[in-house]
Amino acid sequence: MNRLIYLDNNATTQVHPEVVEIMDYCLTECFGNPSTVYSFGRKAKRLMDESREKIAKMIDASKDEIVFTSGGTEADNLAIFGIAKANKDKGKHIITSKIEHHAVINSCKALEKDGFEVTYLDVDKYGIVNLEQLERSIKKETILISIMHANNEIGTIEPIAEIGKIAKEHKIYFHSDTVQSIGKIRVDVKEMNLDMISISSHKLYGPKGVGCLYVKKGTRLKPILYGGEQEHRLRAGTENVPGIAGFGRAMELAITDTDKENERLTRLRDRLQEGLAKRVKHIIFNGHLTERLPNTLNCAIQFIEGESLILKLDDLGICASTGSACTSASLEPSHVLLAIGLPHEIAHGSLRLSLGRDTTDEDIDYVLDVLPKAVDELRAFSPLYKEFLKKGK
Amino acid sequence: MYSEKVMEHFRHPRNVGEMENPDGTGRVGNPVCGDIMELYIKVQDGVIVDAKFQTFGCGAAIATSSMVTELVKGKTLDEALKISNKTVAEALDGLPANKLHCSVLAEEALQAAIEDYRKKEGANK
Repeated sequence: MNRLIYLDNNATTQVHPEVVEIMDYCLTECFGNPSTVYSFGRKAKRLMDESREKIAKMIDASKDEIVFTSGGTEADNLAIFGIAKANKDKGKHIITSKIEHHAVINSCKALEKDGFEVTYLDVDKYGIVNLEQLERSIKKETILISIMHANNEIGTIEPIAEIGKIAKEHKIYFHSDTVQSIGKIRVDVKEMNLDMISISSHKLYGPKGVGCLYVKKGTRLKPILYGGEQEHRLRAGTENVPGIAGFGRAMELAITDTDKENERLTRLRDRLQEGLAKRVKHIIFNGHLTERLPNTLNCAIQFIEGESLILKLDDLGICASTGSACTSASLEPSHVLLAIGLPHEIAHGSLRLSLGRDTTDEDIDYVLDVLPKAVDELRAFSPLYKEFLKKGK
Repeated sequence: MYSEKVMEHFRHPRNVGEMENPDGTGRVGNPVCGDIMELYIKVQDGVIVDAKFQTFGCGAAIATSSMVTELVKGKTLDEALKISNKTVAEALDGLPANKLHCSVLAEEALQAAIEDYRKKEGANK
C-alpha cells in the first residue's frame, strides 16, 4: 500500500517546503548565538527578529509582545502558571472550560493542588462554552480566564470576542489557546480583547518544538523557566533560531491564503460529511454545524470501537485519529466527547478526520469508497451490532 | 505498538462469527469500558471441538479473541481452563501494558463459556 492519505492535520502537519528552505539556511549558514554582539551572531538575531515581526503583524500585535517557547504546551503553561505566580496576591481563582487541551486542564489541576480554585465551565452539545455560567462564576478573586479559540477534537469555535469583552469589563486577564485556530481562521488580539494567546508552529506547516505566547504589553506575568534574559526575561534559554525562522515563514504562508484555503477545505469537509452520512448508517456528527474549523470532521460510528477502525484505515493508507479510550493510557474516552454529552459507549466509536493543504477531491472519494467497507467488516462481528439488529426485528 | 502477530490476528481474525446452538457461551466486558467479548464453544466427550467469537473492541481485543479460540480447539475442558491471560498474551508475542486487560478479558470469556457449558450439562443430568 503506497497510498498515503493524511487526514490527521489537527495532530500535526507536513512542513512546508519554503519552511524547510529557510530552516536549512539557518542551520547551515546562521548557527551563531543570537545573544552575542558580533555580526555573525547578529545575523541569527536578525532572522529571529524578522520572524517575531511577521508573527506579531499576523495577529495585530507588536513584536515585543511575542515570547518564543518550545511549543503550544509551554506557552499554555507559561500563561497559566505565569499569571498565577504574578497575581496570587490579588486572588487565586481561575476560570477555564471542560474541553480545553490537556496543557491547560492539567496546568489548572496542578494549581488546584497548590491552593488555587478552578472553575471548569460546561459546554453545550455542540461544544460552545456557557457564557452565563462564565459571568456567574466571576468573583473578585478571579485572576484569569482561559478558553480555547477552537477545539482540537471537534473543531467547535468559541465566542472568543464575547468572552474577551466580559473579561475586559471585569478587568480579568484573558488567555486563549489558539493552537488549532491560528492559520485556519482569523485571530486578532485587539479586536478579541486578548491578553495572551498560545500558538504552535507544527500545526500550521512549521517545525515541531517551537511556538510562542503573545503577551499584551503591561500584563503581569512571571517566568516559569529561570536562566538568561532572553525573550523579554520571560523565557530563559538560547532561542531555537532555526525553529523560530521556520515558524515565522510558516505563519506568513498559512495566514496569507487563509480565506481561499478555508473555502476549499470547507467544501471538501462538507462533501466528506455528506458522503459519510449517506454511506454509513448509525453515524453521529459531533461539533457545531457552522461555528466549526473548516478542516475538521468528528463523528461517532456506533457499534464499533475507534481504535480498531483507525488500524483498519491505516492498512488502507489513511491516517486518522479517535477519542476512544483504547488509544489512551488512562483508558478513559476523550474528555471533550464526554463534555458534549456523548455516552461512553458512543465516545468509544469516535473518529476525527482533519483535512489539510494537501487534501484533494480524490482523497475524499477514496475515503468515501473504503471507509464504509471497513465499518461493515468490524460491525460484522460486533455483538452490539448483532443485538441492535435483533432488537429491530 | 502492536506485535506483528497481534496485527496479523487483527487483520485476519480466526473463528469469527456467531455459532449456531453453542454448548457454552461466555460474555464479558461492557460497552461503557469499550470492550465486549462473546465466546462460543462446542463440546464433544469433554473436548472443545469448535470455538467462535464476536467482539466489540480495540485491535488487541479482537486479536486476543481470535487467539483464544485458536488455543482452545482440541483441548479438554480441564486443559482449556489452564489457559491464562498470560498464555494468550504470550501466544501473540506480547501486548502493550495498557492492553493486557484485553487478554484478561479473553481468559474470562473462556472461563465463562466453560462454566455455562457445565451448568447446562448439570441441568441435563
